[in-house]
Amino acid sequence: MSRVVIHAEGLGKRYRIGQGGRYLTLRDILASSLRAPWGLYRSSTPNSPDHQPRQHIWALKDVSFCIHEGEVVGIIGRNGAGKTTLLKILARVTRPTEGYAEVWGRVGTLLEVGTGFHPELTGRENTYLSGAILGMSKKEIDRKFEEIVAFAEVQDFIDTPLKYYSTGMQMRLAFAIAAHLEPDILLVDEVLAVGDFEFQRKCLSRMGDVAKGGRTILFVSHQMNQIRRLCKRVFWIDHGQIRAEGPAGEVISAYEASQLDLADENKSGCFLDWEISEGGNTIRDNFQDFSFGFSVRLREQVYQGHFGVCIVNESDAIIVGWGFDNLDIPAGVHKLTVKVPLLPIRPGVYTIVCTLFNRGNNLIGGQVVDRWYAVPSLVVDTTPLAHPQDRWAGLLNIPADLEVSPAPAVRPTLSGKL
Amino acid sequence: MSDLEHSVAQPLIRISPSQGWLQLDLRELWQHRELLYFFVWRDIKVRYKQTAIGAAWAVLQPFLTMVVFSLFFGVLARIPSQGLPYPIFYYSALMPWMYFASSLQNATNTVVEQQRVITKVYFPRLILPLAAVVSGLLDFAIGFVVFLGMMIYYRIVPTWAILLLPVFLLVAVLTALGVGMWLSALNAIYRDVRYVVPFLVQFWMFASPVAYPSSLVPEHWRWLYGLNPMAGVIEGFRWALTGQGQPPKLLLIASAGAVLLMTVGGMVYFHRVEATIADVV
Repeated sequence: MSRVVIHAEGLGKRYRIGQGGRYLTLRDILASSLRAPWGLYRSSTPNSPDHQPRQHIWALKDVSFCIHEGEVVGIIGRNGAGKTTLLKILARVTRPTEGYAEVWGRVGTLLEVGTGFHPELTGRENTYLSGAILGMSKKEIDRKFEEIVAFAEVQDFIDTPLKYYSTGMQMRLAFAIAAHLEPDILLVDEVLAVGDFEFQRKCLSRMGDVAKGGRTILFVSHQMNQIRRLCKRVFWIDHGQIRAEGPAGEVISAYEASQLDLADENKSGCFLDWEISEGGNTIRDNFQDFSFGFSVRLREQVYQGHFGVCIVNESDAIIVGWGFDNLDIPAGVHKLTVKVPLLPIRPGVYTIVCTLFNRGNNLIGGQVVDRWYAVPSLVVDTTPLAHPQDRWAGLLNIPADLEVSPAPAVRPTLSGKL
Repeated sequence: MSDLEHSVAQPLIRISPSQGWLQLDLRELWQHRELLYFFVWRDIKVRYKQTAIGAAWAVLQPFLTMVVFSLFFGVLARIPSQGLPYPIFYYSALMPWMYFASSLQNATNTVVEQQRVITKVYFPRLILPLAAVVSGLLDFAIGFVVFLGMMIYYRIVPTWAILLLPVFLLVAVLTALGVGMWLSALNAIYRDVRYVVPFLVQFWMFASPVAYPSSLVPEHWRWLYGLNPMAGVIEGFRWALTGQGQPPKLLLIASAGAVLLMTVGGMVYFHRVEATIADVV
């Protein structure tokens, strides 16, 4: 067997609950030091135990594995299982709380599309900037520049500031840069879930080529088809631990089976999956009726419940939301289908947030059964019909015609006099 | 090509909970010098694209401040100016001061502003305050060209002392970097630090000989005054550019010592916070 390029031993990462929810401020520290002057030093260091017992959560616990050169490893698991945390540790974005890992080779990270993009800079400038941030040298970018631009199909706009690019163009450029990264080890998080379908396929096939070139890839995805196509070996991460590991087919089947019969033990139910009526997550026609189907598994029946769905854009604005009251659903696995006659929202990537309440709704004291930021994202891959410049196009995608016609030279006035 | 490079140099990266306090990886910083260049380049490009008057800002800011200072501190308050014309006296101090003040503010904010990048990709975080401090040098250079014009206008012939100017500039860069590292790390943890910085800068200006000559400070307190490295820098600038007065020897020695402590301390603290930065921003 070829040599080991990643070796992890007992990796664990502990987070404080509520970390990131609210930032520490000097004001808090001053206030608490006035109450307890001698506690000042202790509470001013980021890792020290506070006077209140803090709640911790292990996002990752006791994870050990070896990955060999040229392997393409898929990482699957539910939201919040610890997949991204694992990638972030290997990428050295965050430090593990315990355990260690050894990595032989240059690591490239793709945790986000368009890392480091700046709207004021041109496509060319952003290609260099983002490329450099992702770890390419200037020479490397010089060499691949033409190829990247051609791959992204943005030749005509390469010297236009990025803020005038459509979302689709921005994403194509971002992917093109990412697809031309050639580190020894590539860590990829879910990024391929967005972007238009044709382009996704193009990126995937390029990633496949990269893998054949002997590079090692770790690949997080919720799209089992992608994982099946790209990966031979799969890790299934559950509650911060590797629950299963082995050939892709076996692990994915086990995972999918568990998704159907095992929901989170603590909740009375949970969302499992969603797709639109034609299957998949991509809308290709703004004006055709279609439906979203959400499958949900309930441990106990929902009585007079409430189901809320909303579509949220990249800047966290709710584009549209719907609520359904007085639902009675027996325990078991069900599909909640929301039918929509049209959805004229502009092309882009959206998050669907859905919440199921039992015995009431969000206003009258219903209990949350599950709240889900649906994975994968909703992709709207339609022809842009609104203003060609992103900043004037607004949120909707509605066509308009302009008619210019000769008008009487002198407008008749009300009184009829001139 | 790149394949060859990889097989020859196979770096081993070891990832573990904590790396030693003093284990600053300067070699790694050197390997990322191109990224530093790109960050500086971006800062400059974006700054000049976003302001309507672009580079003129780098000239107007110190120039107008110089006019105001000359008018109020000079003509009205009659603060002694070592025999120099007031515009020269103030502008020569405002150049390093404004560089320092704006670099410090940019360095403080940089870690929080770049949080998206920090949480997505690894690079030595030290590059961020470093880039903030380096990119301020262009504004300084533009302002300096204006000063050359003023020297011609006032017929001031530089002496050999001007060769020491880079040394004083370096002390200013290191001071901004040293304090900037402290503040940017603190700002990542305590979000209200950025509101404190403008006050800090203001107080610091009055503790530096920008609006007055350091000869107003009693002789036996001068060494203490020198613990403020900007005091040495500003006096040094005046002396190096105009050749007037004495070289600030004692002041500079105290300043150099202080700046060394600040920079090393800042590096150690920044390096320590670096480990948790992605979790807190």
